[in-house]
Amino acid sequence: MSQRPLAATGAHVHSSPAAEPPLLSVRKLRIEFPGRRGTLVAIDDVSFDVARGEILGMVGESGAGKSLTGAAIIGLLEPPGRIAGGEILLHGEPIHSLPPAAMREIRGRRIAMIFQDPLTSLNPLFTIGQQLTETILAHLDIGLQAARRRALDLLTEVGIPAPEQRIDHYPHQFSGGMRQRVVIALALCAAPELIIADEPTTALDVSVQAQIIALLRRLCREHRTAVILVTHDMGVIAETADRVAVMYAGRLAEIGPVREVVQHPRHPYTRGLMGSIPVLGADVHRLVQIDGAMPRLNAIPTGCAFHPRCKDAFERCRLERPDLMAAGPTRAACWLYPPSPNPEPTP
Amino acid sequence: MSVEQALPLLRVADLKCVFDVSRPLLNRILERQPRRWLKAVDGVSFTIDRGETFALVGESGCGKSTVARLVVGLYEPSAGSIAFDGQDVAKITSGTERQALRRRFQMIFQDPYASLNPRWRVERIVAEPIRVFGLMRDARKISERVAELLTQVGLSPADGSKYPHEFSGGQRQRICIARALANNPEFLVCDEPTSALDVSVQAQILNLMKDLQDALGLTYLFISHDLAVVRHMANRVGVMYLGRLVEIADSRTLFEDPLHPYTRMLLATIPDITMSGRRETTVTGEVPNPITPPSGCTFHPRCPLATERCRREAPELVPISANQLAACHAIGEGRSTQR
Repeated sequence: MSQRPLAATGAHVHSSPAAEPPLLSVRKLRIEFPGRRGTLVAIDDVSFDVARGEILGMVGESGAGKSLTGAAIIGLLEPPGRIAGGEILLHGEPIHSLPPAAMREIRGRRIAMIFQDPLTSLNPLFTIGQQLTETILAHLDIGLQAARRRALDLLTEVGIPAPEQRIDHYPHQFSGGMRQRVVIALALCAAPELIIADEPTTALDVSVQAQIIALLRRLCREHRTAVILVTHDMGVIAETADRVAVMYAGRLAEIGPVREVVQHPRHPYTRGLMGSIPVLGADVHRLVQIDGAMPRLNAIPTGCAFHPRCKDAFERCRLERPDLMAAGPTRAACWLYPPSPNPEPTP
Repeated sequence: MSVEQALPLLRVADLKCVFDVSRPLLNRILERQPRRWLKAVDGVSFTIDRGETFALVGESGCGKSTVARLVVGLYEPSAGSIAFDGQDVAKITSGTERQALRRRFQMIFQDPYASLNPRWRVERIVAEPIRVFGLMRDARKISERVAELLTQVGLSPADGSKYPHEFSGGQRQRICIARALANNPEFLVCDEPTSALDVSVQAQILNLMKDLQDALGLTYLFISHDLAVVRHMANRVGVMYLGRLVEIADSRTLFEDPLHPYTRMLLATIPDITMSGRRETTVTGEVPNPITPPSGCTFHPRCPLATERCRREAPELVPISANQLAACHAIGEGRSTQR
């Protein structure tokens, strides 16, 4: 639990950009929703990298744009939403502007997705064996027998008891946790390099959630699969992720190694967010409270989007929008950490 | 603190609630199926003292929300009794007496999107309990009271003329709380009041609920599946599993020294947000189907301490120490290891 070698690999991605390009690189992503009353900017200038085998947690409140970022990466933005700027690179190759047919080659095979609700992401009319073999045959060049064997292996791997019998069962014959295991097996079918897991445990009970988190973490270690874990639950992130990106009003507020962000948050929003979570063992009468609510997309304040709710806000926050700046071992979009002309080496 | 010193505000004894989940009559005859019953609540007893927060925790389907609905009278109990301030709720027959009793408690629901009438303005929503119970007649007095309530929950009196869709989730939950406070209740049943909200908004609502408790001396029955929230809010906690209470203890004891294997498992599932490297109990299995619960102790298929006796006979909830009750054979037989 204390050893987190992958966290270190993740952190090094930024220091050596000249080397091999990261698995996924999102550069200045901007997503717009054109509407009758003007254009809404849902994602504004978001940049981050995901290294091979790394679990990047993406956390934020409803409407912060975390799911939208995931959908944009896998090319499943719902119209009228569109990528209006920036780029998404997989191994250095742009994938944000690929024609639908080329994107279908990537989707499922190189980037897979796990959705929140395991009941709606499985077809109720087919057995899970049929669904697994169909997915395997669509992506891999193997025969039906081999595909079924692979399906059995996958079911064993995600911890479904008696897979030989269960493979011919329908989704409704599985419990919620077992269904989510099947969905994870589906995502693993073509051995993708990156899995986008959008709130994979939100619909599950706490005792099942813990099992699914452990499973996800184990599989990523074994297959060196990178995961973007989108969730609103900081607890899940703390247990699972190597690095975490905190989103606020369509922008990145802070990104860094999970231990740093959880234990020593730098951005005032992250600090408020961490303080507002009740913790066992701490006897506090009142929780830290961030007054107000996240702005609506049509009324994002000037400068730093968080400044009206920020206790530390000053003049510059109201006028100028901060970029991600080095704040100790993490990077925060906050003027409390202005870049100095000759940066001190961080220990 | 002995329980017998003062009369508890709420005493629930051997409460049961059974739902008929049989197929329609014709199907039962053609398919030769018997009637099927779902024991949502199966013999639950607890007391809540004045001014305290008693929490019920458990996973989905454990019956915690059913208990909340039984307590406020939204469901009829199949057996057992609910006594509020010494009066057995079921034995009150006269309408006026019942209304006098009903006026003393209120409920806050989980989903602030579904529990507010979208066609009503906020002032009408908040004033509804005042009108229903006939507390005030004068329209101006009512609107003064509504303004006071809205201020109390951190909204502006001018918000009264808006509709619910103009508010965010957290603000809607504030409206729900203002409505619940309108008839000056002593006792609030809160069924997952923050589960639909984001964490920062959850903190605002939990702080508000604590402030109101301090200011008005409210008593809460707090239903939640989130153990960290329960630890923060409750004085005493009851843990439910498949319609039964498996452990009751004061909050500190329960979280520091849990006795029942299910409580221990639940505590192990709390994500370790401080990253201190806790977590030694492994979590296995899922909640079984409550229509066909396991025999004996319903937790035995998932329990590391289960024996033949656990499979045969259901354990009673018995006092283990001064402020801790548990229903487990292993504890009585000394098989449960302290950790």
